[in-house]
Amino acid sequence: MKNPVKRITWREIAHQKFLMVCAAFFVIYGIVFYYVPLAGWVMAFQNYKPKDGLFGSQFVGWEKFKFLFSDEVFLRVIRNTLAMGVLNLVATFLMAIIFAILLNEVRNVFGKKIVQTVSYLPHFLSWIIVTGILHDALSSTGIINELLVKFGIMDKPINFFANPSYFWPIVAFANVWKETGWNAIVYLAAITSIDPNLYEAATLDGAGRWGKIWHVTLPSLKPTIMILLIMNIGNVLNAGFEVQYLLGNGLVKSVSETIDIYTLTWGISQNDYSLGTAAGIFKSVVAIILIFGANWIAKRSGENRLF
Amino acid sequence: MKNNSSVTNKVFVVCNVVFLTLFVVITLYPVLNTVALSFNDGIDAIRGGIHLWPRVFSLSNYQTVLNQQNIITGAIISVARTVIGTLLALVTNALLAYIVSRKRFLFRSQLSLFWIITMYVNGGMIPTLILYRSLNLTNSFWVYVIPGMISAFNVLIMRTYMEGLPNALEESAMIDGANDFTIFTRIISPLCKPVYATVALFVAVGQWNSWFDAMLYNRMNAQYTTLQYELMKLLSSVMQQSGSATTGGNTASAAVTPVTVRAAATIVTMLPIILLYPFLQRYFVSGMTIGSVKE
Repeated sequence: MKNPVKRITWREIAHQKFLMVCAAFFVIYGIVFYYVPLAGWVMAFQNYKPKDGLFGSQFVGWEKFKFLFSDEVFLRVIRNTLAMGVLNLVATFLMAIIFAILLNEVRNVFGKKIVQTVSYLPHFLSWIIVTGILHDALSSTGIINELLVKFGIMDKPINFFANPSYFWPIVAFANVWKETGWNAIVYLAAITSIDPNLYEAATLDGAGRWGKIWHVTLPSLKPTIMILLIMNIGNVLNAGFEVQYLLGNGLVKSVSETIDIYTLTWGISQNDYSLGTAAGIFKSVVAIILIFGANWIAKRSGENRLF
Repeated sequence: MKNNSSVTNKVFVVCNVVFLTLFVVITLYPVLNTVALSFNDGIDAIRGGIHLWPRVFSLSNYQTVLNQQNIITGAIISVARTVIGTLLALVTNALLAYIVSRKRFLFRSQLSLFWIITMYVNGGMIPTLILYRSLNLTNSFWVYVIPGMISAFNVLIMRTYMEGLPNALEESAMIDGANDFTIFTRIISPLCKPVYATVALFVAVGQWNSWFDAMLYNRMNAQYTTLQYELMKLLSSVMQQSGSATTGGNTASAAVTPVTVRAAATIVTMLPIILLYPFLQRYFVSGMTIGSVKE
């Protein structure tokens, strides 16, 4: 395509002084706060000591990475991060789509408004608050145990936070509770832009409500779902730090620790900056591979993509 | 045939109403339960069985919370970081968005790319901590508002909005001799109020809810810790008490705190968001939609 835009003239550039000065500020700020920490990746190949600095510390090559991948704890931490990341992704995605579709089927405008307003309230509460009230609900005197005992499903209250097999589902539930309504906003917006003629045609073909959801609404949401999926796949390794940190305890350590918590334990508490950095690099690299991989697959299958 | 389809239709409507009602109950119950607990006597609450209404009414939990110096300091710091952090972020993000939305700006695409990269790669926890230490940002208030000031995502939202504005307005201002600064402050910014509101709210909620930075950078300085961080200390002491151990051995607070006091602190922390929620929610929603249409 021919570009009709005129070439930028010297006269114009002279007039862009204000823009240039501001741009210079933003570049310097960006270098300091986003690009300088990248240079810190060197630490992963050193035996970094704060007193020797980045230039004086002993160079050790891949030793830190070798240690990481021979460390049983780190391998378990990778498993936990991936498992919880995928579980959260699937659970929050499915719930948001189901919720959006069902809410859209409500004909009572007032009721719809109330439900939606309530639904995204938890998104604005901090994880501290969410884990706190979750802890109340699941405690030995909490509502869940009360109901379980009352209906005779259990004879005595369960200590949910002491049993490793409950931990991942609790984390997934916490994410669903907090984000379903919020994530549904995008789908609800996408549903309103579906051509009403499609529904009319479906009605003429004898489709009922389920038929219309299955053959019109869901296929129309597919591009939105794909874009959001790609955007979120890169975040799978991020999908777990605050909840795990706040709800984790000695009894469930084997399933609750994630890469970020590992980094925190080694890097901050044990002062092994190099090992912490190496774990962080591993996470960043995997995230980038995931996001480009998902994008590539989407491109291959002819779907919408991010770039 | 027709009769049959109207029956399935009714079944669908009933199931849907049940599902959505359950959804609302599950969302609201824990919050209302926390309110009830916060107004209940601490010793009585140990028996359990408090649902939506306090059994032995008491205001002493709120008295305890509001008499704790660290909670008051935390609240002041939280308000300060929310106000200052939001203002700083708004001004800088809007200015950067304005620059990269100028079609005739010489370095437009380079500057965009420079910032988009920051969305995908970052140095990670440890190099960032070391950087902040060497810049003397740790053990200070400024670590909350300076480093996270610019977010490429918010800049993209604002840029998309600015690019959607009609060109004619600024062209006529140009002819009248207005410079870029005047166009930004007098012409573009007034038109961008909705998107500014959205971004400001995102940033403000993020600032108010943030706790990890307080723990990582200001743990040693009680005068700079935030309300959320103080709440976290109460939470882990409650967990210790209920026998489910503590979170990673991270807190200094060994004193036993009743669940009801923690509930009161939770309500205090939630209050600003709950109060503003009805007024602000339409901006949140429009923000999500703006964000989703961007390529």
